[in-house]
Amino acid sequence: MKTVEDLKRLREQLQADNQIRHAAGTQVIVGMGTCGIAAGAREVLAAILDEIARLKIQDVNVTQTGCIGMCEQEVLVDIVKTDQPRISYGKVTADFVPTLISEHVVNGRIVEERVIGKITK
Amino acid sequence: MKHIRSHVLVCGGTGCASSGSKKVMDVLKEELEQKGLAAEVKIVETGCHGFCEMGPIMIIYPEGTFYCRVQPEDIAEIVDVHIYKGRIVNRLLYREPISHERIPNFEHMQFYKKQMRRILLNCGHINPEIIEEYIAAGGYAALGKALTEMSREQVVDEVKKSGLRGRGGAGFPTGLKWEFAKNAPGNQKYVVCNADEGDPGAFMDRSVLEGDPHRVLEGMAVCGYAMGASEGYIYCRAEYPLAIKRLNIAIKQAMDMGLLGDKIFGTDFSFHIKVKEGAGAFVCGEETALLASIEGKRGMPRPRPPFPAVSGLWGKPTNINNVETFANVPNIIVDGSAAYAAVGTEKSKGTKVFALTGKINNTGLAEVPMGISMREIIYEIGGGIPDGKKFKAVQIGGPSGGCLPEDMLDLKIDYESLTAAGAMMGSGGLVVMDETTCMVDVARFFLNFTKSESCGKCTPCREGTMRMLEILTRITEGQGREGDIELLESMAKTIKAASLCGLGQTAPNPVLSTLRYFRHEYEAHIKDKKCPAGACTKLSGYLITELCKGCGLCKKVCPVEAISGEIKGQHLIDQAKCIKCGACMAKCPFKAIIKG
Amino acid sequence: MDMVNVTIDGRKLQVPKSATVLTAAKASGINVPSLCYHPELRPEGACRVCVVEVEGAKSLVASCVYPVNEGMVVHTNTPSVREARKMIVELLLANHPQDCLSCQRNTNCELQDMAADLGIRKVRFDGVKKNLPLDNNNPALVRDQNKCILCGRCIKACSDRQGVDVYSFAKRGFDTTVTPAFDVGLELSPCTYCGQCASVCPTAAIVEKDDTQAVWDAISDPSKHVIVQTAPATRVALGEALGMDSGHIVTGKMVSSLRRLGFDKVFDTDFTADLTILEEGHELLNRLQTGGQLPMITSCSPGWVNFIEITYPDLLPHLSTAKSPQQMFGALAKTYYAEKTGIDPKNIVSVSIMPCTAKKAEAVRPEFSHNGLQDVDFVLTTRELARMIKEAGIDFAAIPAEDYDAPFGIGTGAGVIFGSSGGVMEAALRTVVEVLTGKELESIDFKAVRGLTGIKEAALQVGDLTVKVAVVNTLSNARIVMDKIRAGEADYHFIEIMACPGGCIGGGGQPVPVCEETRLNRIAAIYECDASSQIRKSHENPAVKELYDTWLGKPLGEKSHHLLHTHYKAQVRC
Repeated sequence: MKTVEDLKRLREQLQADNQIRHAAGTQVIVGMGTCGIAAGAREVLAAILDEIARLKIQDVNVTQTGCIGMCEQEVLVDIVKTDQPRISYGKVTADFVPTLISEHVVNGRIVEERVIGKITK
Repeated sequence: MKHIRSHVLVCGGTGCASSGSKKVMDVLKEELEQKGLAAEVKIVETGCHGFCEMGPIMIIYPEGTFYCRVQPEDIAEIVDVHIYKGRIVNRLLYREPISHERIPNFEHMQFYKKQMRRILLNCGHINPEIIEEYIAAGGYAALGKALTEMSREQVVDEVKKSGLRGRGGAGFPTGLKWEFAKNAPGNQKYVVCNADEGDPGAFMDRSVLEGDPHRVLEGMAVCGYAMGASEGYIYCRAEYPLAIKRLNIAIKQAMDMGLLGDKIFGTDFSFHIKVKEGAGAFVCGEETALLASIEGKRGMPRPRPPFPAVSGLWGKPTNINNVETFANVPNIIVDGSAAYAAVGTEKSKGTKVFALTGKINNTGLAEVPMGISMREIIYEIGGGIPDGKKFKAVQIGGPSGGCLPEDMLDLKIDYESLTAAGAMMGSGGLVVMDETTCMVDVARFFLNFTKSESCGKCTPCREGTMRMLEILTRITEGQGREGDIELLESMAKTIKAASLCGLGQTAPNPVLSTLRYFRHEYEAHIKDKKCPAGACTKLSGYLITELCKGCGLCKKVCPVEAISGEIKGQHLIDQAKCIKCGACMAKCPFKAIIKG
Repeated sequence: MDMVNVTIDGRKLQVPKSATVLTAAKASGINVPSLCYHPELRPEGACRVCVVEVEGAKSLVASCVYPVNEGMVVHTNTPSVREARKMIVELLLANHPQDCLSCQRNTNCELQDMAADLGIRKVRFDGVKKNLPLDNNNPALVRDQNKCILCGRCIKACSDRQGVDVYSFAKRGFDTTVTPAFDVGLELSPCTYCGQCASVCPTAAIVEKDDTQAVWDAISDPSKHVIVQTAPATRVALGEALGMDSGHIVTGKMVSSLRRLGFDKVFDTDFTADLTILEEGHELLNRLQTGGQLPMITSCSPGWVNFIEITYPDLLPHLSTAKSPQQMFGALAKTYYAEKTGIDPKNIVSVSIMPCTAKKAEAVRPEFSHNGLQDVDFVLTTRELARMIKEAGIDFAAIPAEDYDAPFGIGTGAGVIFGSSGGVMEAALRTVVEVLTGKELESIDFKAVRGLTGIKEAALQVGDLTVKVAVVNTLSNARIVMDKIRAGEADYHFIEIMACPGGCIGGGGQPVPVCEETRLNRIAAIYECDASSQIRKSHENPAVKELYDTWLGKPLGEKSHHLLHTHYKAQVRC
């Protein structure tokens, strides 16, 4: 490290890696109840993680939640962006994940045809 | 490659390590691999969270869930329920001592909520063995700023304006100390970090060294730049092996990155740091003794003047600050003195870390703004006194400090107020005592400590602490004499006024403060041969109350046949025979035997 | 000199900027009580007896280490100062054997004086006391750690003054002791028995081994012929221990006192000092002429001999093989003297009065015995002699002077100056130069080698040879010179080395206390003895001449070789 600029660049790069320990702009929540897992939630979660890694998306947290009682719609994936309503997608499959991520998470466009609910806080 | 969706922080501080965090970490790693989660979940070994009593501690991000007392057998459930399914393992959550509520996120725990974590900010939240984690948290920005944007004078000035005072005990203004060292003539100067933390129960410095070592290195380097020193020593007690290990790792990483070493950030400033292990003498926390010890001599204080700023290590100008003091420096440089000084009282700025121990629900490290009241620390952060007992006193400032009674609880803590009250900031030890604690015995305990740790050089400390201890022991054993209190006071006065170093000058404080606030307890011991707290075994007898059912267990267990009584009849203890072992009380199934 | 203004107890005065509060107070006529402070040793501020109030200081300050500064206001006699002082001395007494009446330092103890001066009437503490074993497994010194007040003077005398470093603090707190490394006895430490520790010890924690009873026993044994020799330096110091000021010459009173004590003959070590000059002088001449090992170094000081044997054994060939005057006397007493008087050597008890504790150890070296008889049976220090004189009730002030007995009572001015640093050198030069040149010296005073300076050098033209000499006193200075020799950087021909400051007059067996002024007075007295002597060159001593003519033959001769010369070997301690 030669200059203060070097330090600054390194810091910015590193901060992204530890973003997880701070509140993120986007939250992706996967339903991991027994029903969800039975419907393939685990594969969907893995696909989401792969896709985020592939697109090198920052500022996103992936978390899970339990059964919310809409078992026939599983796998359920919710996406929450700062100051926006919580959007629930139903019957999400691994194939759909790339579309979901690039459309909603990256570009902020809700994939309306797969939405099954909106919750405004 | 997968996106890392979760960080599991496991505390690897000395406290948690001793309660088994290493094993927890190993089992966790294994379990994650088995469940195929290793690629998406990262395990981070951190430093101390300051809540060692609850260890091993685990925090899972992004939720920030705080699990405590995690055992290896809990791991399967944590992985299965939390990491796999995203649900919280309720039974491992921290439970507030008063509301009995389970708190999922550490930010909402009373223990942390009231704290203001500046020095301990990274502790428990970064991996101290990876310099990148510190840099990601803003590390070494202060050094960069100081070296490239500030003159040496400006750095000294900034520290002066911040109002930072020595966190090691006496509270000398740090900026002033730096200025003396800067202005002292000489080409070779030294920065020394006092990491010989020795107060019983105090471990804030260890926590910083283990949890955020780079913060201390950075503070030292800034000091080196300000005073014109190219070499630094960290004098760390050998009883802190983990701190020493992490310091050495940190130094190596900083050297490799060019954040220590020659021509840092391309400037002319070079700074090297060595770790020197101390052999475990409390007195080596005294700066002149510390310097002697680094030089390889017997750790004995020498008279000042000359002060180390003029003639210190190897006779060269030397600035000595303790770990916590240096840890404050990066914040002052990055945020500026005004932001720093916005917290605190008129004469005591910033935050202070206290080590809460004793009869208190939440023991651990609490970093709080100066000026907070003792009541807030004890009842809000500390969660009050366990088992519904009554608060009696708080001993503050370690063996050099004093015991303050209940009516001082609203005292706003700063250097001056504590000294005026007969205690001192010291390194920030805070021992809470309840009604079962005997204040004469407390004074005896601390005197025993200072007596054992006296270096033996000067008469008042060497001989005086021994005689005070003998008198206190005598009093607690019922052999107190008329005039003992006055003799103690007279000795305390001389030992304070005439001892060579801070150890002796403050050694009588526990006696003086207990005499000031709890004189009646001394008098009860001496005149009535009674220990009001029932703590002094030689003064308290055991009595069998009418709750006695006549089961005869106490009679059976008594080793000296001091108990008489027929089966189903009231039993009685012969006080002349009783050796006060307490076996009968422990055995009685009806709680019929009491101390009194 | 930079001066500053200070006010001490209301009196304004100017003192040097380098002064401490203690020295400034002294200038103001106030002797601040002190114990660990010693004017010649590095102050430590350890005992805290000398605390005073300095306005503006947050606690009392130790005046012995506290520097003065401009405008300083000092109070040396306030209630809190008095209370602290008394408490500190009381605390010391509480951990000190209360056996003053039977103590070797009774009436000559700084702690005792302090307790008396401060009016301590009661010791209010009755707790534990130190209980450590006596260290008395060596012939010279006894250490009683129970009497040690941990002032640290011995440590500094041994390390700073002597460069030997036997003592250090060990353990901590109440258990602190001053002891050799690994807590061994002195005989296993690098101790040279020089006794400088004993001479600075304020109490009886380090004292000379008391051999007075053995001497009393010999005197009262009618079958024994008890003879005594008195070293040069004793005659200018004994008076101090018997109520006189320093600098008094009490040679005659000492002689008469020794007779009253019951010694059969009273002789003078000056006689064998002269003999030493002849043997050592010729040894030097021999080395100069035959290309022997140079520089040659004197061997009179047994502390110094121990030091070189322990620390610089590789340089032992530099040491003169001549025995010390004490041992030459001892060798002659049981041979020549026995023959001359017809007394069976077995019945001769040879006692010496020495300013030195190391002489006690020298006397018991195995090579200084012949036919199972020790050459010198008992060595008493000046202090022990003073105690015997007191015990015998001799009124030293009133006792008339007497002369030594013949023949060993005849000495010269050259012999007496052995007692002072530079004296052996000067005495040797008086003889060697005359022998070398065959001409009588115009001036026999070699003032360049006199005085207290640690290392004195001189060059002297003798014929076509420039003789370079050095005179060294104290072992730390000896170390400097020995290191130079070892490094091949010393081009001296002859070096005199004495273990003690100022030479034997500052010996470890001399009356205490002692300071530079005392030593200067003793030195002046020694040179007065010399100046008033009728004969001032060793080779002109008629008794010595007769000894060679009738019995020894010549210097370095066969008999001399056996009786007056010795050999050295490395000592391995611990």
